[in-house]
Amino acid sequence: MNMELSRRSFMLGAGAGLAGTSLGALGFGEIEAAHALSIRPFKLAQTKEVRSQCPYCAVCCGMMIFAAESKVEKGKMEVTHIEGDVDHPVNRGTLCPKGAGAIDYIKSKSRVKYPMYRKPGTNSFERVSWDFAMERIAKLMKEDRDANWVEKNRDGVTVNRWLTTAFLAGSSVANEGGWATFKVSRGLGLLQIENQARI
Amino acid sequence: MASLGPTFGRGAMTNSWTDIKNADVIWIMGGNAAEAHPCGFKWVTEAKAERGAKLMVVDPRFNRSASVADHYAPIRSGSDIAFLSGVINYLLTNDKIHKEYVRNFTNAAFIVRDDFEFNEGLFSGYDESKRSYDRSTWEYKFGDDGFAIRDMTLQDPRCVFQLMKKHFAQYTPELVERVSGTPKDKFLKVADWVASTANGERAMTIMYALGWTQHSHGAQNIRCAAMIQLLCGNIGIPGGGVNALRGHSNVQGITDVGTLTAAIPGYLALPTEQEPTLESHLGKRTFKPLTPNQTSYWQNYHKFYVSFLKTQFGANATKENEFGYNYLPKLDGIYDCIKMFDLMHQGKTTGLLCQGFNPLMAIPNTNKSREALSKLKFLVSMDPIETDTARFWENHGEFNNIDPAKVQTEVFMLPVTSFAEEEGSVTNSSRLIQWKWKAADPYFESKTDTEILADLFVRMRKMYEKDGGKGKEALLAVDWSYKDPLHPTVDELQIELNGKALTDLKDAEGKVVRAAGQRLATFGEMRDDGSTDGCMWIYTGFYGPTGNMAQRRDNADPSGLGVYPSWGFSWPANRRIQYNRASADPDGKPWSERKKYMYWDGQRWSGPDVPDYVPTIPPDRAVGPFIMNAEGVSRLWVRGLMADGPFPVHMEPFESPVGNLVFPKLKGNPVARVFKYDMEALGTSKDFPIVGTTYRLTEHFHYWTKTVHANAVMQPEFFVEMSEELAKEKGIKHGQRVRIWSKRGEVKGKAVVTKRLKPFKIDGKTVHEVGLPLNFGFIGETKKASPINSLTSAIGDSNSQTPEFKAFLVNVEPIAGPVA
Repeated sequence: MNMELSRRSFMLGAGAGLAGTSLGALGFGEIEAAHALSIRPFKLAQTKEVRSQCPYCAVCCGMMIFAAESKVEKGKMEVTHIEGDVDHPVNRGTLCPKGAGAIDYIKSKSRVKYPMYRKPGTNSFERVSWDFAMERIAKLMKEDRDANWVEKNRDGVTVNRWLTTAFLAGSSVANEGGWATFKVSRGLGLLQIENQARI
Repeated sequence: MASLGPTFGRGAMTNSWTDIKNADVIWIMGGNAAEAHPCGFKWVTEAKAERGAKLMVVDPRFNRSASVADHYAPIRSGSDIAFLSGVINYLLTNDKIHKEYVRNFTNAAFIVRDDFEFNEGLFSGYDESKRSYDRSTWEYKFGDDGFAIRDMTLQDPRCVFQLMKKHFAQYTPELVERVSGTPKDKFLKVADWVASTANGERAMTIMYALGWTQHSHGAQNIRCAAMIQLLCGNIGIPGGGVNALRGHSNVQGITDVGTLTAAIPGYLALPTEQEPTLESHLGKRTFKPLTPNQTSYWQNYHKFYVSFLKTQFGANATKENEFGYNYLPKLDGIYDCIKMFDLMHQGKTTGLLCQGFNPLMAIPNTNKSREALSKLKFLVSMDPIETDTARFWENHGEFNNIDPAKVQTEVFMLPVTSFAEEEGSVTNSSRLIQWKWKAADPYFESKTDTEILADLFVRMRKMYEKDGGKGKEALLAVDWSYKDPLHPTVDELQIELNGKALTDLKDAEGKVVRAAGQRLATFGEMRDDGSTDGCMWIYTGFYGPTGNMAQRRDNADPSGLGVYPSWGFSWPANRRIQYNRASADPDGKPWSERKKYMYWDGQRWSGPDVPDYVPTIPPDRAVGPFIMNAEGVSRLWVRGLMADGPFPVHMEPFESPVGNLVFPKLKGNPVARVFKYDMEALGTSKDFPIVGTTYRLTEHFHYWTKTVHANAVMQPEFFVEMSEELAKEKGIKHGQRVRIWSKRGEVKGKAVVTKRLKPFKIDGKTVHEVGLPLNFGFIGETKKASPINSLTSAIGDSNSQTPEFKAFLVNVEPIAGPVA
């Protein structure tokens, strides 16, 4: 779905088209073509476009998101522009003040770049590796699960539950990630699982 | 959703955003769509401009929706049931109901047990010490054939219709004015416009949001709306419906997928410890039809359940082990987020994982939440952005007053990809599943939620395999046979959601209808013998044999009714309007040409949508249009399906400026669960005479966009909306800083003195209300503010446990200093 028509190629096309007309006969076709070569191409022409949707409310407005090679992170694609999806039957190309500013969310100063860790009693976060963070979390969870696992209730019924750790699931996660969340959290035996549906 | 399910059979928005254009009357109450759902509100504008539809708004504030309405009526926060019951009474006493619809498509004709009673606001079966009802008397009378007894003339004094007339008779326009503060003429105009649609010729849609749910009686607010729509015959028709405008982009999908304390995907139930075997769980859920010939679709529950178990446990789910049922955790009660934070506050919780969730801001009573978080051993925040919760231990002066040295909680902040850096399906408010394609690469070291959880799960399972530990068998029984266990693909997960044949599926004649390994086309193919999997039956077909339906982008609308049948996939079975068989009369003919939608064409049910009905069952079989309900019809009377009554009753908020003027004995919701801490944290109208209510601003999304530059520029700081009368009484000037406090905490901000709010006259007494935008906190680019939930109370609705954010008591005073 890349943009294929840049202003430059449009003008070049126009020049070629003019060649066969009476204006073309007067020599303007070549001028148009020369003029077109002097024009910078549309920035959007160099971007990759995908269809996505707004992350905020449940209208789920269609979005066209344009990305180009990142200026900050070499070799990665970053979002450069967002606008409403004109083909979308619900929002028909419009976005509200939240959706219209969504690129500022992607590039927010508050974006977390690296796993961060705060030790007990300290007054700051420190950067850690993914491996450190995940190993530590897994260890803390296993300790708690082993200490508080309830295999059978007082009546001897197998209940396989873990009540001392809680999980708040996000309601902006896609369905597939939501299912992975369910599978893991229930698989661990958690009952304290909630999302934003109640609030 | 705790009321739409019991009434209609499914707890979701009945119609679609684009269907709003078919409405003749649009009623917004308990929501403010122009502010909170602007691009959905476009369809209200469309109906007004193209169809001449009338918009009416009932709200405590003259809000953005009201500003473009044809009629606005004010109402005191927390008194919606009185107002709505007044509308029900108006319809019944003036005989402005769609009688044939009510007779045939609701349970109006059903006879209720003789021992059911209603006295002074309480139904039979109340136990004050337990704060709960024994609901056994709220049931139909059954005949010897096992079916419910009906009187189709609606004359029997014990039929639902006659009980309703009696129950709602006292809600006169005068009472509504006295309780809700709505001037009688403004109330009557609303009732009259509602009545104008009770005929099969015209349609009304009701649009609501958290303004109705966030009360200790929120589910009953919505029950009233559902009853009104049934009396008018406005369910199942274009331009009708009870439309719950949901908050987060995928809150519908995430609820569908069951990340709630007592849920399994597709609205199946997590077992309780009273159900030790699969058989005992399924035995309670046979959903036997209550009248002859009904579909009662939940009769297939066991097929969906076994298919779910096959996905959760894979090869470890066998017939011999009841498909792994034993491995599932069993409930000993429910753990909603209010309970979760109460347990945490008692020091009973070790760890909390927050995935795109900022509970310090979102959970009621922030001071309680902060203390609760401080008692955790560890907290994990998985989020694209820094949240106030992840920094709860950090001192931000009066906005988050805490001593970090005293907080022993280990905190992890894990970077997660933003919406643009991942792909997948998302379900909008109206059940429409659409695809988003990945636009960019993960920001710095961020990972998707799936990758993070896969890493955690694989790591923990390895630890158990190596070192052993408690509950090892249940943990290792979970199927995790993804091609790359650390990176389950979106495709693999989507197949699990949809379901597939595990062996060749044969029909009665032995013909293979679905080959082993093929994805299922509909949930009708699911079986209970372990030959199919699929964790979420309601989505089955969205990734069927023909491909990924969520990715469909054909925006053709052949009927012109805003159906867009080939855009994405609308669960269940790609139906756009739920219960749409009710758009035709009992004989299968459209109620009117104007409202023609689905109808019987002599051979089958035809029309622009997928019938919400077996497509070939002729009308003379008298199968009801509400196929999920065992009655086949919708429920004006919900039997024992709701905790606080088969009919709504006027209940005041737990903190109210007046007592209950209808039922003086009732204090709040008599069956709401109230924890000790929260009972003691309630204020009285003597100290806190002003009603407080919270809401969001169009420029912000919850507590999220305060970290977004553009939004922080547009709405940079917290403010308090108040009437000119209250400002004068308190000596507050427009733009002056004020302090607002409740029994639980305080916030400070600028006063916006406005004509949008007016004092109410409640039972002769002047009652003020202030409006409090909720979007501000101490992290991000907006000016720091104390979380708004410093003020609110952790008491929830008795059915849904949704906190009472929309009506509580506060006081206000000016702060000395310059006026900006």
